[in-house]
Amino acid sequence: MNNRQSLFDKLWEQHIVVPETPESPAVLYIDLHLVHEVTSPQAFTVLAERGVKVRRPDLTIATLDHSTPTLPANENGELPYATPAAKEQVETLIENCAHHNIRLLGLGDPDRGIVHVIGPELGLTQPGKTVVCGDSHTSTHGAFGALAFGIGTTEVGHVLASQCVLQRKPKSMRIVCDGELQPGVAAKDLALAIIAEIGADGGQGFAIEFAGETVRTLSMEGRMTLCNMSIEAGARFGMVAPDETTFEWVAGREYAPKGEALEKAINDWKVLASDEDADFDKEIKIDASAIAPMVTFGVSPDAAAPVDSEMPAAQSNVEQHAAEYMKFDPQQPFSANAVDRVFIGSCTNSRLSDLRSAAAIMRGRKVKDGVVALVVPGSESIKREAEAENLHTVFIEAGAEWREPGCSMCIAMNGDQGLPGELVVSTSNRNFIGRQGKGVRTVLASPATAAASAIEGRIADPRKYLEAGNDV
Amino acid sequence: MMFEPFQRLTSRTIVLSQENIDTDQIIPARFLTTTSKEGLGQSVFFDWRYNTEGRLRNDSPLDGFAPSEFEILVAGPNFGCGSSREHAPWALSDFGFRAVVSSDIADIFKSNALKNGLLPVEVDKKTHQQLMKTPGAEVTIDLESQTVRIGHDWQTVFEVEAFARRCLLDGVDPLGHLIKQLPTIEAYERRRDEL
Repeated sequence: MNNRQSLFDKLWEQHIVVPETPESPAVLYIDLHLVHEVTSPQAFTVLAERGVKVRRPDLTIATLDHSTPTLPANENGELPYATPAAKEQVETLIENCAHHNIRLLGLGDPDRGIVHVIGPELGLTQPGKTVVCGDSHTSTHGAFGALAFGIGTTEVGHVLASQCVLQRKPKSMRIVCDGELQPGVAAKDLALAIIAEIGADGGQGFAIEFAGETVRTLSMEGRMTLCNMSIEAGARFGMVAPDETTFEWVAGREYAPKGEALEKAINDWKVLASDEDADFDKEIKIDASAIAPMVTFGVSPDAAAPVDSEMPAAQSNVEQHAAEYMKFDPQQPFSANAVDRVFIGSCTNSRLSDLRSAAAIMRGRKVKDGVVALVVPGSESIKREAEAENLHTVFIEAGAEWREPGCSMCIAMNGDQGLPGELVVSTSNRNFIGRQGKGVRTVLASPATAAASAIEGRIADPRKYLEAGNDV
Repeated sequence: MMFEPFQRLTSRTIVLSQENIDTDQIIPARFLTTTSKEGLGQSVFFDWRYNTEGRLRNDSPLDGFAPSEFEILVAGPNFGCGSSREHAPWALSDFGFRAVVSSDIADIFKSNALKNGLLPVEVDKKTHQQLMKTPGAEVTIDLESQTVRIGHDWQTVFEVEAFARRCLLDGVDPLGHLIKQLPTIEAYERRRDEL
């Protein structure tokens, strides 16, 4: 072992079961496998066809989030599924988990929630672990100094059967963010600014470490938002070195080590940070103090600009096509665009601090007439915490809908979606054409920007709502 | 488990020249509630091919021909970006494609495609441009020699991960390889438990 290893090098090396050769990828051990209903059924089918059992149900945990309704059950206890297929998919995971002895945080479970919210919440996600899930936003867990990445369904089957994946080591990139984020600027804005800087494929083939003073001062929620969006720059892996902020967050959670075991674990976690002279294949510097609240104006997450700027003129056919889809007039300020819907939620921005930030702006104000605003907490636990603080009352009194936890309008496969042509300001992660419903135009933004836009009925700068006590 | 081996493919191309074609375009999320891999081909690029009433528009390069004659999809850069849904390669395969050629293919899509007999081929920019401007061209992709030939006078090589290439050439799936490693995996677990 040399002393010029990066966080990523260390995490990788500790999980090699069989080293990589020119002929074959490394066999990499997986410490935590998170499973949800959409990307797992076909993997369980392959296991059944081969007569293979789930090798480590104790390292596997499942939840229901993508296809589940966010409206409550009717008086007969029936949930309003979008389609019979959605219900069948949920029932399939329930059966598969029962059959293979996998803990399922199912409907009615007080710990159910979006897969990338509950892993950290339960203390399952820990520094030094490898975490996979059949979901590209698995990079979220990298916020803890874990090696976390999204896999396909075939690989879900591989992990269920062997607790390993076949993976070649990607190149490494360090994004160093220095400078203080200005008031009203959130981790989401930092993420969008980075993606705008490096491009939607700028991180392709790389594992990204986010470093620098700005990242060190981010809360765990902020770090999760940042790592969550790594894949929108094309990188499967995003990570932050664990530090006191991380240890404090993990300690005391259900699956976290306790007592002496925790002390020992923290000692192990402390040495994970990149060595001073660690080598990276690529290094990028970001001046975080210059970042404004960001909004996207196209159909790829890298088309992002400050909320108080104007629609740039298209420089290529691709940009022209995107501008036509978005119906944003060139040289018009973004604030000229009327909003039909606002979505506050998703694995990017559905945590308590996100809800607090949105509530700080909505408190005592009303959602603009004609705008539908949906607030969807990331988990049952967040829902309880938010309700204990009366945040739900703030949203409901403002005229927003307070829903049950789930992925909801981020992927729009549970029936929560916009109508063709509508403009949605969304705290989720993807503004692809039709992502939030056929023909829907998506603007990605922070919870504060989304809340301000709901109030004004047009794309709005949250900074004008900054006042004493309004911590966005 | 055995699959149909992929050795050499000669077919005509369909070109979708847009940049950043994401997996939501390839297969919209509302089709992901399936619990099987079958039949996703009819929903491939659904919102590009059908109008709001669900009728086939027939104005997409993907329609109005016999899919069996066009097994190669040529696409703009950063093809397959976005989600990890394996439904994207399942849908493309089920539609009839056996290879996707671009200058730049997203990581997770590439990894998923290789496991489903759909060969992702990343070619140099010049070859890519040539392919983009000649829809319907006859192209031969030879996985053994890792070459792409356009017509008679254009040939180039491409990179493909060695293990995935072997699996495709032999028609075997990698799960067998992992299961063979079980004793080593168990030894790794024991070593870790002792720490």
